[in-house]
Amino acid sequence: MWKLLQIELFKIFKRPRTYIPFGAIAAIILIIQLGLKFDGQSYLEMGMSSVADTFNIPYPLVMNGYLVAFVILNTLLIQIPLLVALVAGDMVAGEANMGTLRLLVTRPVSRTQLMLVKYGASVFYTILLLIWMALLALFLSMWIFGTNDLIIARDTVIEHIRKTDVMWRYIAAFGYAMVALSTVAALAFLLSVFAENSIGPIVATISIVVVLTILSEMRIPLYDNTVKPWLFTSHMLAWKGFFYSQSNGQGDTIAGSIENLPSILRSLSILLAYIAAFVTAAIWAFQKKDILS
Amino acid sequence: MSSVIRVTGLTKRFSALKAVDGLSFSVEQADIYGFLGQNGAGKSTTIRMLLTLIEPTDGQIEIFGMDLRTHRREILRKVGAVIERPDLYKYLTAYENLSLFARISGIRPSSRILMQQLEQVGLAERAHSKVKTFSQGMKQRLGIAVALVHNPDLVVLDEPTNGLDPQGIADIRNLILHLSAHEKKTLLVSSHLLSEMELIANRMLIIDKGRKIVEGKASELFDPAQTLVELDTPEGTLAEEVLRRSPWQEHLQSRRDGKLLLKMDKTRIASFVRDLVQQGVPVAAIQPRHSLEDYFLSLTTANQHVEAFTDRAV
Amino acid sequence: MVLSLMSRVRAQSATDLLQKIRARLDQVNDYQAAGIMRTNVSFLKEPEASVTVYFKKPDKLKIRNDKGISFVPKGAVTISLNNLLKGNYTVLDAGTDTTQGQKVRLIKLLPQDENADMVLSTFWVDEKRLLILRARTTTRDNGTYEVELYYGKYIAYALPDKVLFTFNVKNYKLPKGITFDYDDGSPKKKQPAGDGRGSVELTYSSYIINKGVPDSVFQ
Repeated sequence: MWKLLQIELFKIFKRPRTYIPFGAIAAIILIIQLGLKFDGQSYLEMGMSSVADTFNIPYPLVMNGYLVAFVILNTLLIQIPLLVALVAGDMVAGEANMGTLRLLVTRPVSRTQLMLVKYGASVFYTILLLIWMALLALFLSMWIFGTNDLIIARDTVIEHIRKTDVMWRYIAAFGYAMVALSTVAALAFLLSVFAENSIGPIVATISIVVVLTILSEMRIPLYDNTVKPWLFTSHMLAWKGFFYSQSNGQGDTIAGSIENLPSILRSLSILLAYIAAFVTAAIWAFQKKDILS
Repeated sequence: MSSVIRVTGLTKRFSALKAVDGLSFSVEQADIYGFLGQNGAGKSTTIRMLLTLIEPTDGQIEIFGMDLRTHRREILRKVGAVIERPDLYKYLTAYENLSLFARISGIRPSSRILMQQLEQVGLAERAHSKVKTFSQGMKQRLGIAVALVHNPDLVVLDEPTNGLDPQGIADIRNLILHLSAHEKKTLLVSSHLLSEMELIANRMLIIDKGRKIVEGKASELFDPAQTLVELDTPEGTLAEEVLRRSPWQEHLQSRRDGKLLLKMDKTRIASFVRDLVQQGVPVAAIQPRHSLEDYFLSLTTANQHVEAFTDRAV
Repeated sequence: MVLSLMSRVRAQSATDLLQKIRARLDQVNDYQAAGIMRTNVSFLKEPEASVTVYFKKPDKLKIRNDKGISFVPKGAVTISLNNLLKGNYTVLDAGTDTTQGQKVRLIKLLPQDENADMVLSTFWVDEKRLLILRARTTTRDNGTYEVELYYGKYIAYALPDKVLFTFNVKNYKLPKGITFDYDDGSPKKKQPAGDGRGSVELTYSSYIINKGVPDSVFQ
């Protein structure tokens, strides 16, 4: 399997268009960093206008590398599913379109192995994208903006995390994001089995993610308790839960704590279940598929 | 001697359409087995079933004496195939494509061996060029190299001369003959170039509408000395009755729209006609078919019901 | 007769009392105090912070967190009583009250400057020890602040060991469409309607008194 995975990765990284998402991520991150470097205070004032009436806010200290990284993640982790779908959706449909799928299937490799390796390659690619994002969004931001405590504005609460308590949360958040994006990859991968051209699975994946995200974010009682808790898009933002701390009765936050770890773990298990379901369905469908391309 | 390929009652249904219908045939060791049929006859479907690209609806396939359903990987280790137009990874070089497919097949040939294989198909000089710069003929040759990279015992070639110029066609012919004669490989070749099949195939299968029409040694199916004769008579039924009562019965092949097809030594055509006339059968025309093409067309003319009078499976 | 004589000796005038307190406070030209600041605001999840509080006569006060970020309430300068007692004002004796478990004098100040931000200040004064235990200030633009002071080691300088500062807080809310928060499914706490109150508690561990504090600290 490892040898086959190497071959898949070789094919992926030999294609020039593989590198487009890396370039896109770099461009977006640098644009955000540039904007915040020159006018970060306006951005902060927008979110903290009501708080600024009561408190003196040290904007230069608040606009540090940890906050910039959070802002970037907040933006990018909505767009990155598109980039992930670009590769995962091409895994099977792209081969069918190129005519190479029939060459692969006539080799002495089981269809199940082939599928697992292809999905594994798309997950590996996703991980590389996230590592790239981490390097630029987090470490480059830390270098440009320095580090200090992390202040996060939620809808009704402002979280304040001491700088010594931040890094492990980012590691956990990136780890969670890998699983979240692997879920999108699994969906695109499944749809790729049914197509002869990668455009279809990519567009279908993005459409599904957009529609389900809207359902996840809307407050409609009919869906709130029935459908929403089971949509995978409702659990993709759980990485943020690593930045919500517990507080004691007097309002002090507890260092090293997570406000609702059981909920994050529950979200994680739902995503893993979706991955298992999508990949299993993809393998089953591929086993039955007549390769006519 | 056990067959390399043995197919029994192979059927494939796509919804209401029966693309292959109860097909049975066998390919023997060292055969260059010609697989003939018109467009849409079911050749590609059959080949895809042999290569596990398509799941049969019914029937059984044995290759190297093993059931394809249960011994797929062992079988495919010894099978190489070119299916229709060989599409390879356009963004990789010829060398990279060859190396990649070798590794997927479980072998890791040295650079020298890979270059030799490219030399064999005349691509050594373009080994490090990207496939997207190749002509169709070059892609075809690279496809054959990819099919042979793991030294298979059985080679399946579906339209291997597509897109080739006459020199390229001749090269492929020579390669096929070399693989059979010197490397003792068994080859299953489907082609529309009947003239080519005449030159290389020792056994043939002709199918139409998914069904076998005839199978057998090329020398028996088509012996230039054994001419296929088409008898055109206004009294087709009378003619058939007369022939069935006569010694000419064994020469009868099929009947189509009032015309009767018979096979006989061409020196006997004259006496045949005389006997018919003497028996009161009017002869409007007698047309000898000398080539495989004639034979093929006679058996597989579209939209006409063909009755196969003989089953020539060997 | 004896009673009235005693009562005349015991009850100083409010003005005199305040003047004595002011004189006591004037002993301190500057100080640098190390302390722990704890914030209790409904929408702010703040960790406790190690801070340094700087004071320099007549009215400079700065709370600094050199190891991180602290949200310092804008009215925090009022935790320095010097700031509350500066300027010209009319003193009103408002009788007595009870605070921190003891009986105290209640004194109100009305600024004579009509444009002063402070509109009214009320002090709960420990007459015997000449200490202000509690102060409430109503401002023109920034609501009402309250300071409660607890004395211990530095009582000689009228410097508290602990200060509890309470202030008005505007309600905080951002649209979900901007924040994209993670909804963990737990029932949301109902936000109080309208603005509320918050508090900051400063617990001092040490003072460095009258050793000089540079002006640059207050920039």
